[in-house]
Amino acid sequence: MYDPTVARLTYRALLGRRRALILGALPLLLIAISVVVRGLAGADDQTASDLLGGLALATMVPIIGVIAGTGAIGPEIDDGSVVYLLSKPLKRPTIIFTKLIVAIAVTMVFSALPTLIAGFILNGNGQQIAVAYTVAALVSSIAYAALFLLLGTVSRHAVVFGLVYALVWEALFGSLVPGARTLSVQQWSLAVAHKVAGGDLVTSDVGLTTATVLLIAVTVLATWYAGQKLRSLTLAGEE
Amino acid sequence: MTTLSIDHVSRWFGNVVAVNDITMTVGPGVTGLLGPNGAGKSTLINMMGGFLAPSTGTVTLDGQQVWRNEDIYRHIGVVPEREAMYDFLTGREFVVANAELHGLGAKAAQKALATVEMEYAQDRKISTYSKGMRQRVKMASALVHDPSLLLLDEPFNGMDPRQRMQLMDLLRRMGDEGRTVLFSSHILEEVEQLAWHIEVVVAGRHAASGDFRKIRRLMTDRPHRYLVRSSDDRALAAALIADSSTSGIEVDLAEGALRVQAVDFGRFTALLPKVARDNGIRLLTVSPSDESLESVFSYLVAA
Repeated sequence: MYDPTVARLTYRALLGRRRALILGALPLLLIAISVVVRGLAGADDQTASDLLGGLALATMVPIIGVIAGTGAIGPEIDDGSVVYLLSKPLKRPTIIFTKLIVAIAVTMVFSALPTLIAGFILNGNGQQIAVAYTVAALVSSIAYAALFLLLGTVSRHAVVFGLVYALVWEALFGSLVPGARTLSVQQWSLAVAHKVAGGDLVTSDVGLTTATVLLIAVTVLATWYAGQKLRSLTLAGEE
Repeated sequence: MTTLSIDHVSRWFGNVVAVNDITMTVGPGVTGLLGPNGAGKSTLINMMGGFLAPSTGTVTLDGQQVWRNEDIYRHIGVVPEREAMYDFLTGREFVVANAELHGLGAKAAQKALATVEMEYAQDRKISTYSKGMRQRVKMASALVHDPSLLLLDEPFNGMDPRQRMQLMDLLRRMGDEGRTVLFSSHILEEVEQLAWHIEVVVAGRHAASGDFRKIRRLMTDRPHRYLVRSSDDRALAAALIADSSTSGIEVDLAEGALRVQAVDFGRFTALLPKVARDNGIRLLTVSPSDESLESVFSYLVAA
């Protein structure tokens, strides 16, 4: 199911070029803000939770997810170099699964790790807030990577759609329309974080069971469907 | 022996028909797929390589369906026309990755790199390669698993004459070894120099098929038109029309030139300078006026 060569090519494509700069910029920004906030306001649990929830989980994780998820396959399909993977006796779902693992790993490293560091800077993991949001970031990394990998497989405008979903749906609608929150990766991961942190600093609109089922369902379905789409991917000629 | 069979294959995109009911069989040796730009060659090659589903009809390799059959790539090597190819890797890394994807190792990659004579630049990044070097590395990636069918889409595009000759030698060798090699081109001379067998595609249709000599004869035997300017157009016209190699001559007063229609290409080209010399006429311009590929191809379609 996992092909180390596909993984190596994907890592190098993702972490090379300009993409690595964008991937690195957001986490650095989060950590810098955390240092400033801690310096100005001191350690405060509520502030830590607001910053990690509002900036790290609601904004940074989905954006990193978009870059890693769509970037793991979109550019190859766009420029046609995916033909070198497709012209091999390699099961299409293997290609997708491998790219998913890479996208998840990259999203986790560039979003969950900085969330943990920022959490410790903000309030030294008081009330388990740093760990809770890190777990949420880890969990949502999986679902985002799968969703955006699918998007990268089916659409040439995956980055735009991905950002619209991440910023408009998750961040804006999620905070305005109660129903939208049930269908939000962010809320599902918050349900898991709530379980870790206890207390009421970290809350979610979705129950843990529902959240877990939806997280797994979205990840599995998106991955399966991307594999199917890749099986019948059409390479148009230059003419 | 590997035989690729295209059976009543059509492909349309929306309401544009790119390939229209083509049936052909490609066997061992070098086959040239010839046609003007936009004739549907790439669409056809994409279907042969399993990257595009035919709208109707089937493409099979020794009886096995090509579309949606990953295992078929154990036997197929593909050299795509597009340039993109993991530019951030070195040539060696790229070919090794291709070998690994076939379950092979660095040894197979090295052999393929040696075959295309790219060892000297194998440790440079692909982004620094010239067009010809890219083409050869693509070729190495397609040869790494020793395929019995090789598909190449416009492989000579952008190559300089020396690189072109090297690649032709290589493909000729592959054909001699009994592999089935199919390459597309819109350049007659390329196909003529390399292919044993030609398939001509024009406007999505299969226009001609067979031995290149036969097709070349069709092409050279067609009526040729020339624009001729000389020191004495009328005298020249009178002398030329007396020979059976011409079928019509018009004195174009506005242009100040003769429009000559020649039916026997070989004979006419030998006759013209001789007639001019014998009659003391100076030839100022002799230019073929319908040598464009399109006119050659449209003649073929009509033939």
